[in-house]
Amino acid sequence: MKQEYTISLFTEDHIGILSRITLILTRRQINIESITASESAVKGVQMLTMVVTTTPDMVNKVATQIEKLVDVIKVFVHTSPEIICQEIALYKVTSRGLMSGSMIGDLVRKHHARILEVTPEYIVVEKSGNRAEITDLLAVLEPCGVLQFVRSGRIAVTRQVKELNAYLKEMEEAERGGPEKLEVYN
Amino acid sequence: MKEKTKTAGGQDMNNYEAEVTGAEALLKCLIEEGVDTIFGYPGGAIMPVYDKLLDYSDRLRHILTRHEQGAAHAAQAYAMVTGRPGVCFATSGPGATNLVTGIANAFLDSVPVVFITAQVTSGLIGTDAFQETDILGISTPVTKWNAQVKKAADIPDTIARAFYIARSGRPGPVLVDISKDAQFENLSYSYRKCTYIRSYNPVIPLHIRDIESAAVMINHADKPLILAGHGVILSGAADELKALAEKGGIPVAATLLGLPAFPQRHRLFAGMLGMHGNYAPNVLTNQADLIIAIGMRFDDRVTGNLKKYAPEARIIHIEIDKAEINKNVRVDLEINNDAREVLTALLPLLREKSREKWIREFRILDRVEYEKVIRPETEPGEGEIRMGEVVNTVSDITEGDAVIVTDVGQHQMAVARYYRFSEKSILVTSGGMGTMGFGLPASLGAASGNPGKPVIAFIGDGGFQMTLQELGTIMQYQIPVKIILLNNSFLGMVRQWQEMFFNGRYASTEMVNPDFVALAGAYGIQARSVTRREELSQAVGTMLAAEGPFLVEVAIGREANILPMVEPGASVSEVTLTYR
Repeated sequence: MKQEYTISLFTEDHIGILSRITLILTRRQINIESITASESAVKGVQMLTMVVTTTPDMVNKVATQIEKLVDVIKVFVHTSPEIICQEIALYKVTSRGLMSGSMIGDLVRKHHARILEVTPEYIVVEKSGNRAEITDLLAVLEPCGVLQFVRSGRIAVTRQVKELNAYLKEMEEAERGGPEKLEVYN
Repeated sequence: MKEKTKTAGGQDMNNYEAEVTGAEALLKCLIEEGVDTIFGYPGGAIMPVYDKLLDYSDRLRHILTRHEQGAAHAAQAYAMVTGRPGVCFATSGPGATNLVTGIANAFLDSVPVVFITAQVTSGLIGTDAFQETDILGISTPVTKWNAQVKKAADIPDTIARAFYIARSGRPGPVLVDISKDAQFENLSYSYRKCTYIRSYNPVIPLHIRDIESAAVMINHADKPLILAGHGVILSGAADELKALAEKGGIPVAATLLGLPAFPQRHRLFAGMLGMHGNYAPNVLTNQADLIIAIGMRFDDRVTGNLKKYAPEARIIHIEIDKAEINKNVRVDLEINNDAREVLTALLPLLREKSREKWIREFRILDRVEYEKVIRPETEPGEGEIRMGEVVNTVSDITEGDAVIVTDVGQHQMAVARYYRFSEKSILVTSGGMGTMGFGLPASLGAASGNPGKPVIAFIGDGGFQMTLQELGTIMQYQIPVKIILLNNSFLGMVRQWQEMFFNGRYASTEMVNPDFVALAGAYGIQARSVTRREELSQAVGTMLAAEGPFLVEVAIGREANILPMVEPGASVSEVTLTYR
């Protein structure tokens, strides 16, 4: 049975690695539903979060193939209950539509949204939450006239306790040679 | 060689480094890595490297092939013969793209080759400059790793990484793309071999509990079968495999690339697996109660229909590449480690057994295959010359002590089936990729590795004409390859499939061929043609006795088929011995 998976992976900050990762998914005809890349808590280590829908067997196959890549440090595959995840969305709505009635007050209270900018022409609303919450708000705003709507990829942290730093340390300890020193942002 | 020493300021003589150009640094790095032979083809962007190559000609032999694809195949064959990474040079643009088939071929067969391509000057990269191509992007799906260098100072570290990655873990091709300005630029040269990359851990700790589980499974099995793949050869585990098989009385079947991993005259040798493999190992795969797969990846040509594969067996998979485990076949016990390490640890835990009853089942089926297929193929006595009897003749004369190179197609399967490989044999063939045109350039690469035994290339008339320009390379360097051209004036394997599965409609498989003996003669290569079976062994003898390169063209039956065959979609146990 196909289901949604969040693949979180840590890579060296090298050019071309994203292309190698996406090629593995492309070959298996897996669509990347969302992707986010950023530097992780460890300096020089990039973190990628991807959302895919596929079978348990296939997600394991592609995860091991991704982990095999020389510049990939570690790959984690999570189902939704194992993670806490958020997306962020921006809605640009016509001021005329939104100003009518008590829309703005409702927005902030009910949907935990924020107003970023107000002009005579438009209002920009920001909301973070899960995919459904963001879609719900879009439905609410639609009648007011949505000029632009953009949502980010998913970012996620795991419910498990072990952190990447621990994995990196283990790897370094297993290696007898001169390991590179880790600088951790705090 | 002009090496200026940097003694500015503090006169720190203990720590001086030589100032050299990027091009020269590259060559020095190769020497540090033990390289003595490079296959390649020059062009505009790589000229600085070729210029320096003249200064290093005493330590680095460059073999100029007639096409970059040939250089790539030759470098791969060189690696397969010497056990050291092959090295291949090409220029930017078309030079680099011509390598792609060769890179992919090495990738699918896990052979370490370091490809060095030149790139246009860094300022022009991305502008569609003359002979610029995104070779990094193009080669990404078929390399284990690749990188671009735009500063001379980065050359030593990148080359060190390239060699480390190519040869460690599951070996494979890597590509380093060096811009022309980086080749000209000076750097302070020093070299340190790479032994560690944080994100890449080729050495896996051995889990003793898994080894113990494997031993229990093997000791309790009545009908175990070992499947030996290329990994056995790559990890140098042939002796350990033999010891293990002998102690446990376990028959050993091999994949195409695993054939030389086990001596074929050994009483425990079960034969080749797969589509054109032997009868017994295919049929008995589905009766085995335990399959011990070592350094192989359950390719579809080996397994046939996966739904009907090895239904009775539990499976132990010993494999260094974790991504291969559970990829095609679900296994019961995975041992993700180097074959030699695992077999060494496993051997003392194994109980001595003879399993004569199980082995006898192989012999019974062997007898059937011998009568129905092997004898008519290797000793037809009359009628057209058959591929099998040519291979058999060469096998008898060389007694396994040879480097056997093949191209791809029917003749390749004939070699795999009828050449009796031993511990002394090396097989250079294109397995995963099935690259026609591989044979001739691979043979010159193999012979350049000085294997100390004859290099014999079996090539069909189709594949030969894909890369026959390499006869020029063989001529120029007087490379002593012995070429057996099996000529049926057909693309034989495709014709066989047309006969069997497309109602005999021979679409574009018949070939009008040139006079191959005259062609070899034009390149100054001794050659003769064999049309009668009586001349065969004498011609092979003459060929092997000759000093330099030699070509024997054998006119074989035009419409012969390779059997047995596991037809597409069939189970391995449904292997057919006869066709209609």
